[in-house]
Amino acid sequence: MLLADANSPVFSWNLLADFQEMWAYPFMVNAFRAGAIVSVVCAVVGWFMVLRRQTFAGHTLSVAAFPGASLAILVGVSTSLGYFGFCVAAALVIAALGRKGRDAGAEESAVTGTVQAFALACGYLFISLYKGLLEGPTALLFGSFLGITTGQVLLLAVVGAVVLAVLAVIGRPLLFATVDPEVAAGRGVPVRLLSALFLVLLGAATAEASQITGTLLVFALMVVPAATAQQLTGRPGLSLLLAALIGLACCWGGLIAAYYQPYPLGFFVTTIAFTGYVLAHLGRALHGALGRTRGSSFGLGGAA
Amino acid sequence: MAAAKQPEPDPVLSLRGVAVRVGGRTLWSGVDLTVGAGEFTAVLGPNGVGKSTLVKVLLGVLPAAAGEVRVLGGAPGARSGAVGYLPQRRSFDASVRIRGVDVVRLGLDGDRWGIPVPGLGRARRQAARERVAEVVELVGASAYAHRPIGQCSGGEQQRLLIAQALIRRPQVLLLDEPLDSLDLPNQSAIAALLGRICHQEQVSVVMVAHDVNPILHHLDRVVYIAEGGAVAGTPTEVITSETLTRLYRTPIEVLRTSDGRLVVVGQPEAPALHSDRHPEPGTGGGGHVAG
Repeated sequence: MLLADANSPVFSWNLLADFQEMWAYPFMVNAFRAGAIVSVVCAVVGWFMVLRRQTFAGHTLSVAAFPGASLAILVGVSTSLGYFGFCVAAALVIAALGRKGRDAGAEESAVTGTVQAFALACGYLFISLYKGLLEGPTALLFGSFLGITTGQVLLLAVVGAVVLAVLAVIGRPLLFATVDPEVAAGRGVPVRLLSALFLVLLGAATAEASQITGTLLVFALMVVPAATAQQLTGRPGLSLLLAALIGLACCWGGLIAAYYQPYPLGFFVTTIAFTGYVLAHLGRALHGALGRTRGSSFGLGGAA
Repeated sequence: MAAAKQPEPDPVLSLRGVAVRVGGRTLWSGVDLTVGAGEFTAVLGPNGVGKSTLVKVLLGVLPAAAGEVRVLGGAPGARSGAVGYLPQRRSFDASVRIRGVDVVRLGLDGDRWGIPVPGLGRARRQAARERVAEVVELVGASAYAHRPIGQCSGGEQQRLLIAQALIRRPQVLLLDEPLDSLDLPNQSAIAALLGRICHQEQVSVVMVAHDVNPILHHLDRVVYIAEGGAVAGTPTEVITSETLTRLYRTPIEVLRTSDGRLVVVGQPEAPALHSDRHPEPGTGGGGHVAG
C-alpha cells in the first residue's frame, strides 16, 4: 500500500543492488531481521509439531494470538506482550486439559477446538470494543511487515534464542517421546512433561510467527517448511536444517516480493512455501516411480 | 534347556507367590516363576486375563499386590538399562518420515538430554553408529533400515523395533504380543529370530502371546495364566490335560496334532468381564487353539 505508488521500486535481478536498496530503509532491515529469526525458530519448532501431529494445536495457539494482540491494542500495551501472553497461556490450558492418558488424541482435539472457538470469539469482541483507529482485523489476521521496531526485533531474538536453546536441550528425548512414547517412558523419559513443555515452546513460536504472517497464516512458516523437509529426507538432523533453510528462503523471498509488488506479504510467503511443498512432493513421487522401476530387479536379487 | 539345568545362584527373573490387583480386583495370584539366563519364556492365557500386566510388574511399572518379584537380583525397575521392552504392537504409518536406523538409535541414546557438541565425542558417535549397524544386522534388517520406517512392512518394523530393544545389550527382553497382526510367515520368522537371540546372545526373553504354535519349539518355559491362578513350567509340563483342567477347574483336553500343534479343547473363553479382542470363529464349543 505504502509502496504501491507510481514510482515504486523495480526489481533489477541484481540481488546485491536490490538488497542495498531495500536495506536503505530501516523498516525493511527490521523486517528482514524479524523474518530471519521467526522463520528459523518456526521451522524448527514446526518440524517437531508436524512429527507430533499437533498441527491442530499449533493452529489453535495461533488463533489465540488474535485476541492477545487485539486486547493489547484495546488496553494500550505492546502487542508483543499480547501475542506472547495469550499464546503461552493457551498452550498451558491445552497442556493442562488434554492428554490425560496415552492415545488421548480425540480428547485433545476436542479440548483444542473448544479453546480455539473461545479465543476467536474473544478476539472479535476486543476488536469491536476498540473504537479507535484500527483498520480492522486484517493486519492481525493476515500479517504485516511494516513498522516492526528494533525493540520488537530484539524481543523476537531473545524469545527465539530461548526457544531454540530449550529445544537443543530437550530435542533428543522429545524426538524419542514423539516417535515412540511408550518405550521412551519405559526408559525414564518424562513424556508428559516434555509434551507440556513443547506446547509452551509451540505457543512462543506461533506468537513470533503471528507478528509476521498474521495469525491465520502462521502455518506458512510453521508447517510447510517442516513438511517439505520431511518429504525430502528421512534424516532427522538434515531434515531440521532443511526446514530452517526453506523457512528462511520463503520468508525472505516473500519480503522481497512484497517490497516490489503491491500485494500482501502473507500471500507471497505462503505461495512460495506452497510451491516448494508441491515441488518436493512431485520430486519424491518421481523419485519413487524411478526407484520402483529400477528397484524391481534389485528386489529380486535381495529375495534370492 | 541346558542353562536351566546349571545351578543358577541368582536367576534373571524370579517370582514367588506374586499376585496383582488392578482397580481393586485380583487379576491373578500365586505365580511362581524362575527364568535363567538365555531362556525363552512365553506368557500364555486367554485375552484379558492380565498377561500384559505381568510384563508391567516385571518392568516395575505396576507393584505386585503380594509375593516377591526380583529382576536381575534387584527390585523390578531398578536395573531398567538391562531390560529391553517391546510394548504391544505399535505401527508407524506411512507418513512417519524417520529412518529405521534413527528409530533404532533412539533406543541407544534417545533419553539423553542436550545435543552432541561437534568435534567432541567423535569416538562415541562412531561407536554408536557401529552398534546400530551391528544390531540391525543381528535382526536381519540391513536391507531396509535406511528407509523411512513408515514405508517398511509390519514384519520389517517389528524387526527394527526388536533391534531398538536390543541395542543396549539387555540381559532381559520383555515383549508384549510381538507376533500380533503379523502374517504367518512373519510370525515364524520373528519367533525364530527371538529364539536365536535368546540362545545365542544369552538374552532371557519373556514374551506374551495368545498363540503358542509359532514359538512352541523355541520355548524353554511357559507361564499359563487363567482367571485367578497360574501355572509355570516347561511346555510339556504345563500344556497338559491335567494341569489345565486343574487350572480352569473344568475338564480340558490337550490334543497333539500330527504336525506337533497343541489344541486345547473345552477351555472356557476369556472371562466375561473383558471384551474379547479376538473372537475366534471356527473353534465353537469353547475350543481354543493354544499350542
